[in-house]
Order: sequence, then structure tokens, then C-alpha cells
Amino acid sequence: MLFEALALVFDPYVLWVILASAAFGLFVGAVPGLTATMATALLVPVTFFMEPVPAIASIVTATAMAIFAGDIPSCLLRMPGTPASAAYTDEAYAMTKKGQGELALGAGLVFSVIGGLFGTAVLIVAAPALAEVALKFSSFEYFWLVTLGLLCAVFIAFANPLKGIVSLLLGLLVASVGLDNPAGFPRFTFGNAELAGGLTLIPIMIGMFAVSEIIRSVSRIDEPWEMAQAQIGNVFRGMWTLTKRYRMPVLRGSALGTAIGVLPGAGADIAAWMSYAVSKKFSKEPEKFGTGHVEGIIEAGASNNSALAGAWVPALVFGIPGDSITAIVIGVLYIKGLNPGPSIFMTNAVAIYAIFMVFILANLLMLPLGIAAIKSAKQLLRAPRELLMPVILLFCVVGSFAINNSIFGVVLVLVFGVVAYLMEENGFPVAPAILGMVLGAMLEEHFIRAMIRADGNFIAFFERPIAAALGVLALAVVSVPLVRRFFAPRAEISR
Amino acid sequence: MPGQRFGPAWFPGLIAAGLGTCGMFLIVAGVRQGAPWLALPDWMSRRRPSLGVAGVLGGLVFYILAADTLGFHITGIVLLASWMRILGSSWRVAAIVAVLATVAIHLSFYKVLRIPLPWGLLEQYAF
Repeated sequence: MLFEALALVFDPYVLWVILASAAFGLFVGAVPGLTATMATALLVPVTFFMEPVPAIASIVTATAMAIFAGDIPSCLLRMPGTPASAAYTDEAYAMTKKGQGELALGAGLVFSVIGGLFGTAVLIVAAPALAEVALKFSSFEYFWLVTLGLLCAVFIAFANPLKGIVSLLLGLLVASVGLDNPAGFPRFTFGNAELAGGLTLIPIMIGMFAVSEIIRSVSRIDEPWEMAQAQIGNVFRGMWTLTKRYRMPVLRGSALGTAIGVLPGAGADIAAWMSYAVSKKFSKEPEKFGTGHVEGIIEAGASNNSALAGAWVPALVFGIPGDSITAIVIGVLYIKGLNPGPSIFMTNAVAIYAIFMVFILANLLMLPLGIAAIKSAKQLLRAPRELLMPVILLFCVVGSFAINNSIFGVVLVLVFGVVAYLMEENGFPVAPAILGMVLGAMLEEHFIRAMIRADGNFIAFFERPIAAALGVLALAVVSVPLVRRFFAPRAEISR
Repeated sequence: MPGQRFGPAWFPGLIAAGLGTCGMFLIVAGVRQGAPWLALPDWMSRRRPSLGVAGVLGGLVFYILAADTLGFHITGIVLLASWMRILGSSWRVAAIVAVLATVAIHLSFYKVLRIPLPWGLLEQYAF
């Protein structure tokens, strides 16, 4: 079986797809205003017509490359290439100002690779093991699992849970449009045939992740980009010393990143913020943070890449996305007949092993290709935005049209692009909405099915041991922040 | 729905209740902080960004309305060239890149991926 998977991956066409996606991912990651999630959303219309393994491989490769490449403009322009680099952008730029640009870029690259490989290892070991347990799950467990995922997305990551809840509910509302509900009854369709089929998620994602970013970029089009350093030398110098010196931060960053990735709704960007904070807290020299100190870059850089792989664990085993990227991936998996769920490791074992191999390959490829990207950073960052943004926008239009060959896809792109832009500008996180859209149908189906089986008796949701545990956990996720808020001194809340 | 305790209205009902409650909390919080009813972002007062955002949104509406009649190619070239011009490129560069990009999308989406992009006015020249 391993050899079959190897044959799937080391096929000339698949390797070509991986290389092309890598170049695409590096470009998207390196250009501020284009994100890894956007890369995924833009890839979906193209992967539509590929075999399952190359389709998934292109997304895995492009996102891994993009998350690393986001570090490049952090160092050189003081602008994160993707949100996942935002946590240490100031730090990296400060290093460049001190003349340590090579060290910052090299640390970004090397520890991205290490973090990515760590996350991949966890994915390969944990996902099949978790699937063994998940095979015994009934609607009660699934209901709690989905609920837990949605609540994590709202309560773990964001400063204002209220806005997170609103975002989540809007997502669930979008998911309830159409005929696709347990009763098969048309909801919110207003007699419109396009709405009866439900809102197609991929145009919505293209709108929320690509068009909203374009609007944001265009609204800043008159702010110039200035490079801090033109010549870049050997980025590998001193990496071995750093690896030995900062063994603990690397390990901690990778482990925390993977865990944040596994948690639904929180992905690479939040992993990086948390790891940077943790790094500062446990550092022997916290006073150096913010002045151009490499330690936080190492820990957070490993963390965001490991989160990427971690997010695939719940996505593959339960069909619950670990981050915004896997929220899109789940749709692709269904289209390709690789329906996520615990049985995927038996029914599609070869394809899954092939995907695991692609993860390893993509992270290893990051070393040579990352060097190439760093060397050509000057050209990458001179990409003319006034030409780039319009082309990407037309690409979004055609891509969203391509999903159903319907102009309604373009309408969705426009509407959700504006909605996502307005939400983010006003402090409403977008991730919970995405999660609500992806999981809404699943949540309702399992809830109604469980309610009918329990004959309306809510206590039944706590009668099976795993269901009870998950339920208690879900309630804890909600109540802990509330309780803490209640008992916290006033000053801490306002901060 | 009669005869069903957990019918299709149950779930949207829960969502509505939740949204209503959260909305009230947000209004209360906003009033307490004395937040303004409507705050405009600062880019709106700058020429190129505000024109650009208006162009992006207007352009998308234009595509939705016109693509079927004008066809993808005309709409695409017109939109790309105007967007690029609004964002600060010269007419010459804008026109050249617009044509090249539209041809590239035609080749990749129409030819390779077989997406039925509308021809519109150019129907008789379709290839």
C-alpha cells in the first residue's frame, strides 16, 4: 500500500503540480495582501478538474509555502505577507534594521520546515489513531464534537466572544439556506431556484478570503512599499547554532502550533501570536523581545507551519475544519469522493497515505525553493499591485463562475466579499462564520437525529460516556472565560 | 410544520434568537462606550483608494449584469483596463496587460478546463 501511495505521489504530473503550486504559494505568501487562505480559494476552481491526489497536493504545497513566504516581506517591508507572520513582523524588521536580515529570513525558513515536519508527524500518527475511536461515535457524540468545535472557534481565540458568536450565527444562517435540511423543506429560498440548492460554499470563500483582501489592498493602494535591505547573503549561516541553542522553543512552538491547528477555527495566525507570547514569557531574556531578537521568530515561525498540518487532523477524521484553509479543503475532499470521516483511513487509505507523503515532500521542498524565493525577494516585492489586483479579481470572477457555471457565483463573491470586509474592519472575526457555514448542516442533522432518538429528552445527550465528556468540555469552554471575566479585577477587563 | 416536534423551523429559530440577543448586547455595549453610529474609514477621503474600491465593487456589478450580453472577453478586457487605470497604471500598460491576462484566462479556463465562459457579442467568432 505504501508503494501504491508512493507511485501516486512520484508521478511526473503530480510532481509538476507540486512544483507549480509551490511557486504559486511562494508568490502569494510573499506579496502582502495575498494570503494562504486566498491561495487555497483561488486554487479550488483549478483543482476541480484534477485527480484527488494532485488536487489535494497542490493545496498542501501552496499553503505550506505561503505561510513561510509570509516571513519575507515581514523582514524586508515590515508588512506581513500573510496574517500568520503578523505576530513577529516588527521583530523581524527590527533584525533587518540591525543588519541581521539573513538571520531572520534563515530562521523563518529553517524553523518553518521543522515546524511543518513536526505537525506532519503528529498528523500521520494521531489521525488514524483518532479515527479508531471515532468509528464508534453516534449522533450524540458528533453533535457535541461539532458544538465543541464551533465554541472553540468563538471562545479560545478572540478577544470579543460576543462578536465571534454573531459571526458564527451568521455562518449557521447561511448554512440553513436551501432544501438541504433534515426535513427537506425549502428555507430562505424566496422561490429562487439558485437559493433552493443552498449557497455554494466555494464562491462564498473566494469572496470572503480573496475579494475582501483585494478591497483592503485597494483601499491602501497609495501607501508605498519600501525595502529595508536589497542584498541578501547566505541565510543558512548560524542556523545550526540556533537550532542547538533554542531546542526547547522550537519544540514548544511546534507542539503548541499543532495543538492550535487541531482546535477548530484557530489556525496558523493565532498559533503564531500565542507562540510568540509564550516564547517571551518563558525566555531567559524577555527584555530583548521587540528589539530584533531571533528567539520569538523561531518559536512562532515553527508554530504557524505546524498549525497547518495539525488542522488536517479534525478535518480528515471528523470533517470538522481545524482552520480556514481546511474549511475549504473539506469541500474539495467531498468533490473528489474522499469524504472525510473515520472510515476514510480504510476506504481511501492509499490516497490518504499519498497526502501524508505530499506533506513531507512539500516541507522538504521548502528548503531549496525557499532559498530561491528569498534570493528573488527583490523582484517578488516589486510586483506592481495596480496590475496584480485587477488580474486576481478577474480570476476570482471566473473561478466562482466555474464552480456551477452560473453567474450567481459571481453575485455570491461580491456580496460575501463586501460582508467579510465590513466584518473584519469592525472587529468581527471571519473564521467562526466559515466554520458555521461548513458545519451548519452537520450540526443540525446530528442534533435533530439525536433529539428524535432521545424523544426530546435532552438528558440523553449526556448518557453515553464519550458524549457526556465532550458535552462537559463544551460547557467548560463557554463558562471558563465567563467565570474568569466575572472574577477578574476591573482593570484587567478593560485592558 | 405540524406533526414534527423538531421540524425545519427549529434550527433557524434558534439562530434568530441568538442573533437577536447578541445584537442587543452589542447595541448596549456601543451606547455605553459612546461609539458613533457610523464611522467612515480614513481611506474614503483619499482619492485613489476610494475610487479604487468603488471601481472594484462597481466593476463586479457590471460583470454580473453585462457578461452574458457582452461576453466574457469584452467585459474582461474593459474591466481589467479600467481597474488598472484607476489604480494608477498608464493607459498603455493597462491595455496591454488587460488583453494578455484575458487571453491567458481564456486559454486556461475555456480551453484547458472547458468552462463555458459566455461569448456574448462575439458568439459568431467563437473558437
